[in-house]
Amino acid sequence: MLRQWMSWAGVLFLAGVLAVAGCGKQRAAFTMAGSTAFQPFAEKLADQYMAAHPDVSITVQGGGSAVGVQAALSGAAQIGMADLVTLPPEASPLKSLVVARDGIAIVVSPKNPVTQLTLDQVRRIFNGEIRTWKELGGDDHPIAVVSREAGSGTRSSFEQIVGKVKLTPEAIIQDSNGTIRETVANDVNAIGYLSHGLLNDRIKAVEVDGYLCTEESIMAGHYRLVRPIFLLTRGEPGATSKGFLDYILSEEGQSMIHSNGLIRAK
Amino acid sequence: MLVAFSALASLLLIAVFILKEGVPFFFKYGLGHFLFGLTWDPQAGQFGIYPMIVASLWVTLGAMAIGAPLGIAGAIFLNEFVPRSVLRVVKPTIELLAGIPSVVYGFLGVMVLAPFIRAHLGGPGLSILAASVILGIMVLPTVISISTDAIGAVPNSYREGALALGATRWQSVTLVTVKAARSGIIASIILAMGRALGETMAVIMVVGNAVKVPHSALDSARTLTANIALEMGYATGLHREALFATGVVLFVVIMLLNAMATSAIKAGGRRA
Repeated sequence: MLRQWMSWAGVLFLAGVLAVAGCGKQRAAFTMAGSTAFQPFAEKLADQYMAAHPDVSITVQGGGSAVGVQAALSGAAQIGMADLVTLPPEASPLKSLVVARDGIAIVVSPKNPVTQLTLDQVRRIFNGEIRTWKELGGDDHPIAVVSREAGSGTRSSFEQIVGKVKLTPEAIIQDSNGTIRETVANDVNAIGYLSHGLLNDRIKAVEVDGYLCTEESIMAGHYRLVRPIFLLTRGEPGATSKGFLDYILSEEGQSMIHSNGLIRAK
Repeated sequence: MLVAFSALASLLLIAVFILKEGVPFFFKYGLGHFLFGLTWDPQAGQFGIYPMIVASLWVTLGAMAIGAPLGIAGAIFLNEFVPRSVLRVVKPTIELLAGIPSVVYGFLGVMVLAPFIRAHLGGPGLSILAASVILGIMVLPTVISISTDAIGAVPNSYREGALALGATRWQSVTLVTVKAARSGIIASIILAMGRALGETMAVIMVVGNAVKVPHSALDSARTLTANIALEMGYATGLHREALFATGVVLFVVIMLLNAMATSAIKAGGRRA
């Protein structure tokens, strides 16, 4: 019994080795890893690129922005993905390229009468200094602050841009853009922030310093809460990955990014 | 043989791995600071899990307050007051509850229970109360199924004896049957506590996850399990070790609960 099992394991192992070796010989392969916000876009772009270039094989992995930086540094991935306002100091040996931008919208329930806030008010709400909607011209209800978990790229971008945020311990924590949207949509007193691409009519984005989170105001540089999405390579990208990076920045790649909810790089 | 030992080996490996990753943190950060610190702010290097220990206790006790009476009453009813044929249909149906994925319970909590609590009782809705109710329902199959077995194992001669002595049906149930099945019922509650304490997905969805010591059942709070699951994806260095240390605390508590359940069952076995 055991012997049979071992021989099967041996066959599987050999098959695996052959399959991996086979791939390596025929196709130019590279790996991308990092930001989960950009991961679905990278997957789509990679699929389209591989359809046009059958000799190239691209693997896309998630893991988060921190993983993107680490993987690019260690060489585990040829291209790292990171959605941070500023790259951390350890990323300084890497070459970075902005391939898209993402607005962070401040959202409330559509039933909430408040339509505009200043950046300073946003800071004081999330710090727990403004505690009722009445202070902001709304109803006499307590504010329910909703934030992302520590370590989230969206949260660290939000806190960096708003500046001096020390999140109130009262804040409800949700672990994805989607659950933030559900929480805010279901609670008339809630305020949260999420990626521009996930706005819909169940929630209402408020103006920040007089501008709504729209593509126009981001392109014009009026809307403040914008983060770039970086692709990182160690040194100059190789010929294969260079071809893919050029494709992402091409009209076709950018319009695909745009039609799925992110903002063009330029 | 091999299969039996593989289960044991995986338990051993899990224990060794968690302890190896988590215990060094106790010495680095200080066990007292870790267990009784009030602030959890990984970016600022502060790792106090006291608010989460309190939250875990509240949520678990709340779940027991809802699940245990309902479950035990259900088990008594199924054994003593309905025909056997009904029990044979109803019990497997209740056990099906255990097969519903916890994310589905969480979804119900977010969509139905939390808005209901917000509208009728106030607070943010995502709260300890919501988590307790959801967990109370989730532990029902554990409580009912083990309690039913325990009550069913009480010999019929006990009941007949009580009735022959002139006890009413209610007296025979409360004073004789339940008393004889006591250890099994206690074991079912302890196992359900372990389940409630360890549940993660449904709790993350309905408890709100705010890092503060809760003051009422309507407050949002974060449990130990939720803390690990929320932050593990990003954590590096000391933060990662702190999450493993949280796992050690959880592991020790659940091991203690299981040991208590086992000894309760054993004590019952000796008496009977």
